[in-house]
Amino acid sequence: MRYIANTGADRRAMLAAIGLSSLEELFHDIPQEVKDRFQPLELTVRSEMEVAQVLKELVTLNSCQQSSISFLGGGVYDHYIPSVVSHITSRSEFYTAYTPYQPELSQGTLTTMFEFQTLVCELTGMEVANASIYDGASALAEGVLMAKRIVGNGRVAAAQSLFPHYRRVLDTYCWAAGIKVIEIPYTNAGTCDLTALPQDLSSLVIQTPNAFGVIEELKGVKERLKDALLIVVTNPISLGILAPPGQFRADIVIGEGQPLGIPASFGGPFLGLFATRERYLRQMPGRLTAQTVDAEGKIGYTMAIQTREQHIRRERATSNICTNSQLCALAATVYLASLGADGLHELATLNLEKAHYLAQRITALPGYRLAFEAPFFNEFAVRVPTDPQAIRARLKEERILLDDPRFLSALGAPNTLRFAVTEKRTKDELDRLVELLEAM
Amino acid sequence: MTHPTQFRYTKEHEWVDLEGNHAKVGITEHAQGELGDIVFVELPTVGTDVKKGENLATVESIKAVGDVYAPMSGTVVEVNTQLESSPETINQDPHGAGWLVILEVSDPSEADSFLDAPSYEQYLSEG
Amino acid sequence: MNTIFDHKLAKGVGGLLPALDVPEQGIEKLIPSSLRRTHAPRIPNLSEPELVRHYTHLSKVNYGIDDGFYPLGSCTMKYNPKINEDLARLPGFANAHPLADEDLVQGSLKLLYEASRYLCRIAGLVEVTLQPAAGAHGELCGMFLVKRYFEKRGEEKRKRILLPDSAHGTNPSSATIAGFSVTEIPSGKDGMINLATLEEALDDTVAAIMLTVPNTLGIFEERILEVTNMVHAAGSLCYFDGANLNAFLGRARPGDMGADIFHFNLHKTLSAPHGGGGPGSGPIAVAQSLVDFLPVPRIVKDENRYRFDWNSPHSIGCIHSFYGNFGVILKAYAYLLLLGDTGLREVSENAVLNANYLQESLKQTYPLPYERLCKHEFVLSGKGLGEGISALDIAKRLIDYGFHPPTIYFPLIVPEALMIEPTECEGKETLDRFIEAMERIAAEAKENPRLLHEAPQYTPVRRLDQTRAARQPILTYPFDER
Ligand SMILES: Cc1ncc(COP(=O)(O)O)c(C=O)c1O
Repeated sequence: MRYIANTGADRRAMLAAIGLSSLEELFHDIPQEVKDRFQPLELTVRSEMEVAQVLKELVTLNSCQQSSISFLGGGVYDHYIPSVVSHITSRSEFYTAYTPYQPELSQGTLTTMFEFQTLVCELTGMEVANASIYDGASALAEGVLMAKRIVGNGRVAAAQSLFPHYRRVLDTYCWAAGIKVIEIPYTNAGTCDLTALPQDLSSLVIQTPNAFGVIEELKGVKERLKDALLIVVTNPISLGILAPPGQFRADIVIGEGQPLGIPASFGGPFLGLFATRERYLRQMPGRLTAQTVDAEGKIGYTMAIQTREQHIRRERATSNICTNSQLCALAATVYLASLGADGLHELATLNLEKAHYLAQRITALPGYRLAFEAPFFNEFAVRVPTDPQAIRARLKEERILLDDPRFLSALGAPNTLRFAVTEKRTKDELDRLVELLEAM
Repeated sequence: MTHPTQFRYTKEHEWVDLEGNHAKVGITEHAQGELGDIVFVELPTVGTDVKKGENLATVESIKAVGDVYAPMSGTVVEVNTQLESSPETINQDPHGAGWLVILEVSDPSEADSFLDAPSYEQYLSEG
Repeated sequence: MNTIFDHKLAKGVGGLLPALDVPEQGIEKLIPSSLRRTHAPRIPNLSEPELVRHYTHLSKVNYGIDDGFYPLGSCTMKYNPKINEDLARLPGFANAHPLADEDLVQGSLKLLYEASRYLCRIAGLVEVTLQPAAGAHGELCGMFLVKRYFEKRGEEKRKRILLPDSAHGTNPSSATIAGFSVTEIPSGKDGMINLATLEEALDDTVAAIMLTVPNTLGIFEERILEVTNMVHAAGSLCYFDGANLNAFLGRARPGDMGADIFHFNLHKTLSAPHGGGGPGSGPIAVAQSLVDFLPVPRIVKDENRYRFDWNSPHSIGCIHSFYGNFGVILKAYAYLLLLGDTGLREVSENAVLNANYLQESLKQTYPLPYERLCKHEFVLSGKGLGEGISALDIAKRLIDYGFHPPTIYFPLIVPEALMIEPTECEGKETLDRFIEAMERIAAEAKENPRLLHEAPQYTPVRRLDQTRAARQPILTYPFDER
């Protein structure tokens, strides 16, 4: 087989060295009963060419993906990924390495982890960030568990305007941990309604921009929380323009790193961003890299504060996470470095301007209006005059894709369509969408 | 003898310096050596009531977490806050400046079952 | 080691993004100032050549499987076929949005469906969820299933999880996060579970046992059927940690051993690369009794159409944003197609042969605490090799000989553990070089221990000061000190 280096002669020599006469004997410790029940997959060996063919046929079943114009969003965005990102992540010194347990052989991974932690802190305005969690939703669940450990209270308040996929994962983890999730409604403007904020919470979870695309007003929220921690879920690209949650005294900031140079890839692998305050360092989940010096005084990087983690603290670890999303963190690091601060600002501005252009054109059509008045970033919700499913189906015929309005009606916003607009959407595409709506 | 004779010792490698109903508690020279470079210490808050055998403090090196159990029941009346910024004090002077907490104990006779220094060292050599 | 932040923060690189093609309104008009950022994040603006050189340099101070032997026990560092990387990048797969209508992503759905069918058959169990993003996530999902199972049966008093003391740290941690308490059971002298000890530990408060098969000593539990029968007889469930599946791929199935839940590590056994720490994929397969509790949505097939099924009233809900790490699952799927049944058998054959050959050759020089036929890995002890010599010293000296060290200090029941897993991909030639290096190191430990204590010598950095990193952790770039 092509991934195996031993020859028949090697195998015979090795068996002889072990003192066995057949390969079968290597498995004599597996009960015969078990071996007898074995059933194969009924798969023949295939050449690389044949396998490529199978996959290429499968991919043609993803009919619309190539030529369509996507306004899909809801936490996963169609941003341009510069070539440099995949060229760097394709270097096999990076992608074929394991977790950097041996720092002397892993300075590449460790240095980029350190860069990543720094970038996440710069974006979010927080003091410490870990090297990643699986995805945004599981990062949020980890954040809520962490807040419970710190505050000791078994209740969390979560904004209703959270993306549904965050909420579902949160509900599962909280059920198992015995944490009660209390839902916080939203106002007519689409922002979180804190007038009747419950007491005795371990945390409050707010997402900004939220599931309607609306930017939340974070100012003064922390001040109302007493002991409870403020957990903010955010979109990292929006932080090219928006004030970092750290500025509003957030205790934990969570994000989905997918917009940072990671393909949609049908929902994974993604990148959970997790940042917090230095005072909560010991309660943090996930891996951390620290700068230190080697035996000769040279600066180098190593994993640190591992006593929080499962391999040392076992049943009392702050999280069970081991394998995380390192290569996606590398992609995000290279992506941000390729943009620079100016590029990120420019990118966020393109998203903002194009989204507002489209929103203004759509809402100039009779019967169409913004579902919520509050400011938005690159995604917005529109109340439509006719059946939103019919509008969406019509647009789909023209290969224009929108999110299913059921997501929003489930959040209490009926007859509403959501549009996500990235730098990839051209004016022609936006105008075409408006023309089609107008013609309906 | 590396372990001071005026202290009493537990098999969990803690030392207790009992004066009246005040017990000063630390970890032994042997324990700090096993843990290696201590990098972090978590101490209870003053006023906490602890029962004998309950977790009292945590002492961490890079690769291990050492639990310090309350050798006696009582109330924490003082903690060694210096350790928060210089945990290495435990490595440098485990029986002196590296003390962890002072307990006001409810039953001084709980110390009767502890080892004296020679017995503790005997215990270590059998280990 | 330089970071990007050591480069200038200069302005004016630009040219990356298209010009704005709609009438500009200005941020000031669109976003109230109270919501806007006042300070730019400190991200340097590098030219592309500078950027590429920086990361190319960093890649050169990293070591992956493509660089050489990587016998990291428990991690199954096998070769990652290049074709899989290309296939995962096919634009139709890479750009598929998880919220797109099902009819637009039939290819992705079909791939997930078929991958889950193959995984079911490998496990010898009836249903699979692909949602877990890594092994530990699979464990957590499995523990959630166990919890829901007993909740539905009204047996909430089953709150304990049994674990052998050789278990990986994620096992006890996953169990606790799911709300269970953990009872460790000591391994017998032969490194396996002692049936009498198990009998004693089992009662009506035990929800499940978490086993690793073969265990983390690389030993197959010969009495696995007795163990799982006893657990089932006590009304508890058997969770199998599948990190070590490479040992019996193509010749035995966990379901036939009594597993109720089994997690895969696709980034170990099924060749998806580890990415320097992730992403992984940790699907779990389950027995019939747990199917109803699996996460939603499930992927189902009606005639020739694939779709999501959200209708599962007893489900634990979701544990991942979407359907799991598609890009990783795709690589495992392609690997199964490449190998076929014969290839899978050859994997376990060569993995186990390689491990036994190394074990046999090294046990003369290094203490082997549990001496018996091993599976895909084995554990030596570095204890007693020389005055003051630790497993860490041996590991570091191996680096000087050009090898990635084995896993050290795990499992916890072996002092100064050196856990060695060669995988099927290495040939005898490499193994012989490794044996030679290990023998020389053992000799050096006696004759010239400084070589070990001061190793590694030829790496871009020498041994790092971990104590300093822990006492005053510098976790972000110290901009202010620049
Ligand atoms: C035996 C064992 N169980 C569980 C895990 C956890 O798997 P993952 O890192 O994919 O979360 C590992 C991996 O390190 C392992 O070796």
